[in-house]
Amino acid sequence: MMASYEDEPMETSPRELTQNPLRKIWMPYKNGLPEKHIPQRKVCMTNCPTLIVMVGLPARGKTYISKKLTRYLNWIGVPTKEFNVGQYRRECLKIYKNFEFFRPDNEEGLTIRRQCALTALNDVREYLGVEGGQVAVFDATNTTRERRNTIMKFAEQNEYKVFFVESVCEDPNIIAENIVQVKLGSPDYIDCNTEEAIEDFMKRIKCYENSYQSLDEVLDRALSYIKIMDVGRRYLVNRVQDHIQSRIVYYLMNIHITPRSIYLCRHGESDLNMKGRIGGDSGLSSRGKEFAQCLNHFIQEQNIKDLKVWTSQMKRTIQTAEALSMPYEQWKALNEIDAGVCEDMTYEEIQDHYPQEFALRDQDKYRYRYPKGESYEDLVQRLEPVIMELERQENVLVVCHQAVMRCLLAYFLDKSADELPYLKCPLHSVLKLTPVAYGCKVESIFLNVEAVNTHRDKPENVNISRLAKEALFTVPAHQ
Amino acid sequence: MNSGEGCSEEIPLPSSPRELTQNPLKKIWIPCKNGLPEKHIFQRKVCMTNCPTLIVTVGLPARGKTYISKKLTRYLNWIGVPTKEFNVGQYRRECVKIYKSFEFFSPDNEEGLKIRKQCASAALNDVRQYLTDEGGQVAVFDATNTTRERRDTITRFAEQNGFKVFFVESVCEDPAVINENIVQVKLGSPDYTHCNTDEAVEDFMKRIKCYENSYQTLDEVLDRDLSYIKIIDVGRRYLVNRVQDHIQSRIVYYLMNIHITPRSIYLCRHGESDMNVKGRIGGDSGLSLRGKDFARRLGQFIQKQDISDLKVWTSQMKRTIQTAEGLNVPYEQWKALNEIDAGVCEEMMYEEIQDHHPLEFALRDQDKYRYRYPKGESYEDLVQRLEPVIMELERQENVLVICHQAVMRCLLAYFLDKSAEELPYLKCPLHTVLKLTPVAYGCKVESIFLNVDAVNTHRDRPENVEVSRMAEEALYTVPAHQ
Repeated sequence: MMASYEDEPMETSPRELTQNPLRKIWMPYKNGLPEKHIPQRKVCMTNCPTLIVMVGLPARGKTYISKKLTRYLNWIGVPTKEFNVGQYRRECLKIYKNFEFFRPDNEEGLTIRRQCALTALNDVREYLGVEGGQVAVFDATNTTRERRNTIMKFAEQNEYKVFFVESVCEDPNIIAENIVQVKLGSPDYIDCNTEEAIEDFMKRIKCYENSYQSLDEVLDRALSYIKIMDVGRRYLVNRVQDHIQSRIVYYLMNIHITPRSIYLCRHGESDLNMKGRIGGDSGLSSRGKEFAQCLNHFIQEQNIKDLKVWTSQMKRTIQTAEALSMPYEQWKALNEIDAGVCEDMTYEEIQDHYPQEFALRDQDKYRYRYPKGESYEDLVQRLEPVIMELERQENVLVVCHQAVMRCLLAYFLDKSADELPYLKCPLHSVLKLTPVAYGCKVESIFLNVEAVNTHRDKPENVNISRLAKEALFTVPAHQ
Repeated sequence: MNSGEGCSEEIPLPSSPRELTQNPLKKIWIPCKNGLPEKHIFQRKVCMTNCPTLIVTVGLPARGKTYISKKLTRYLNWIGVPTKEFNVGQYRRECVKIYKSFEFFSPDNEEGLKIRKQCASAALNDVRQYLTDEGGQVAVFDATNTTRERRDTITRFAEQNGFKVFFVESVCEDPAVINENIVQVKLGSPDYTHCNTDEAVEDFMKRIKCYENSYQTLDEVLDRDLSYIKIIDVGRRYLVNRVQDHIQSRIVYYLMNIHITPRSIYLCRHGESDMNVKGRIGGDSGLSLRGKDFARRLGQFIQKQDISDLKVWTSQMKRTIQTAEGLNVPYEQWKALNEIDAGVCEEMMYEEIQDHHPLEFALRDQDKYRYRYPKGESYEDLVQRLEPVIMELERQENVLVICHQAVMRCLLAYFLDKSAEELPYLKCPLHTVLKLTPVAYGCKVESIFLNVDAVNTHRDRPENVEVSRMAEEALYTVPAHQ
């Protein structure tokens, strides 16, 4: 062994590494205890919290964007919360009379609205400071430079980065559709009929128009923002500061509001399913093949325009898609969660060979990584490009797997990391997701072909010290 | 076992679904008929556009059009989209052997105009050939294209051929940036081989002036139906109009993440590991003594380099983290940087792979880039997995990436524009740091061996890659190990 080329004094020896048993992450430790070193890198994060500030006249999609963006960021692991000032106003005012509240010469209205904005900002500070939030979305019109300056001063004092998202749109059709979809059902208009509501809302918009100062190329050149024009036909992006802002811009540039439906289902029942085994790459059972035929029938009946079909690269999803007699695309990213050393095992065998792993998984099913395998958390990262492309697309059928489908469903239905691994995604059922208002309508269609149940609930006892039967109590029946 | 109730309506028995067979190289399931794979849907590499795309650069000279063209071409090829750039200036140089002066570009130089128009047409012809006959998917048409008239000609050409068009305009009025541009890439141009610096700069400035009067930038109103991105002041500001499809969306995202701030990227592997010493692949072992020595040297090397704001990235495997621990600086762990998954061959020696999976071993030698280990990955899979790492590397400045052999080959291939054929055979020995510094249109590479011996883990492609070969022929190029 060669000597060092320079004489160096003895340095402190590098720290020993220990592998966290749940997530299988190697971390340095001292005196037998893991050191609080670098946090697991989930997404390349910004160092300081980010305040996203919406800008735009009423009915320009600000709340739609706020909610969608919040849902996306939470799903990829960035703790995010939206703060809708209209909500604060409703809590303050209790009863909404009419548009006159928003008149620029209504002193009392102005005072209340200002107060609500400040209260919301206070809650933002609490969320980003004490509650561990990373991104806050401040959803209000913020149409004057004065209001935006106030917000920026607030952000500066608290050391938040600010990123503005402005939505500009003058297409009367879009505005009308917006009002129909989300305003008519608003608590503000509960006691009005449709015509009254629309008329009042149009006057409300008018109240803002005169004082509206759009983000300006020159005056606002030092700000970081994206200006979305005509629902995504055109974008102006100024001074993206960091990774998270870059991801936000990419996301906002990929979403659209064209009506469409997303169909999610698993492959047909497989031979391994019937034996109660996880993972592997087996083919369909006879019932699974029957399901594939029924799926074909179902899809044809739905008469979907320009349907894209996606599968994983595992035999069982491809076999299922083959029955559709339609072109399909195979995505490796849609492969089932890799169970590592537990691949092809039954739960009973896992309890037998790896009782500790089995218990750890029940303790934190989202973050638990199989030895030499993956976690749900890993899955989400793997699936992010799939979600991005689903956002770009229109009608799509995704034929995938249990854990994968849970992750995708959690994204569309805004389910937390704790709920995600226990979402019910039974075999031979198709979920039809249709975006509506601020969320997603879900229709569940069971295609009437029996299949084993593969859903294992969280057992009561998740301690490593538990008995085998306590661990296996919730295992579904199988051959 | 019940067969269930069946579907709700009587339907005639459909033709039975096709049987599936697994392609032995890529482990992709494809339908087959009479035992032969059917030509069905190709493996989805990147969600592709259906028709070829013509990217058209727009901008005055020295606005970075060629820089962007070459970089974008390199990126698209790396992610698996066959792309080629067509630099009209290059065509002009082939046509007009000797460049005299800026007067060639004078707007009232009839002969000059004629030649330049011809060159553009010749280039477009080659574009058509590339996209139609040669299997190309994206062509980057790199020229000033500063008049609406010229752009209309190109748009018509694309329409006739069924190509989508996406414009990339670069607008910049910062004299410092333009100067630096001229110094970096114009002075060394064949056009200015016989000039000294001042002469070259003066002539080039006059050249730019020739274009300025007729420059019609992409207009918000007049060009509202075109698909384009306008890059203003080297990325301070972007205007994006009518993105049509996935590939354009990816191009926009990429262009919005690149920058020209000088910086260096350091690539190296973990220190020698216990498995390395035994000639085993994969696994999650720790560093050997020599590997630990390397980690210390790496720490010293990094300190000496005195790098401003260095970020350090590792994989989530023990050996890279152990190496980073030797640096005494914060580091980030990326699962995406994990070594290629060798599936059933994990922790085997090449001799054992030959013994247990001789067919697999031969297939791998036949097409090392596309070959996927059973229950494992291919280099092609690796590239897809590493794309977010590359994207973040583009955003960052000084970074040290401590990774693995196959991973490092993929990253290196991106920076040095290596083909899929070359990639899996790039030399990335242990205990050697590669310092990559962007310069002009490419990357300067410095290789620094940190003077700690290690086993060689590089296995060259053997001569005989046939499935029928003998064991010794397969093992001929295996490097020595314990």
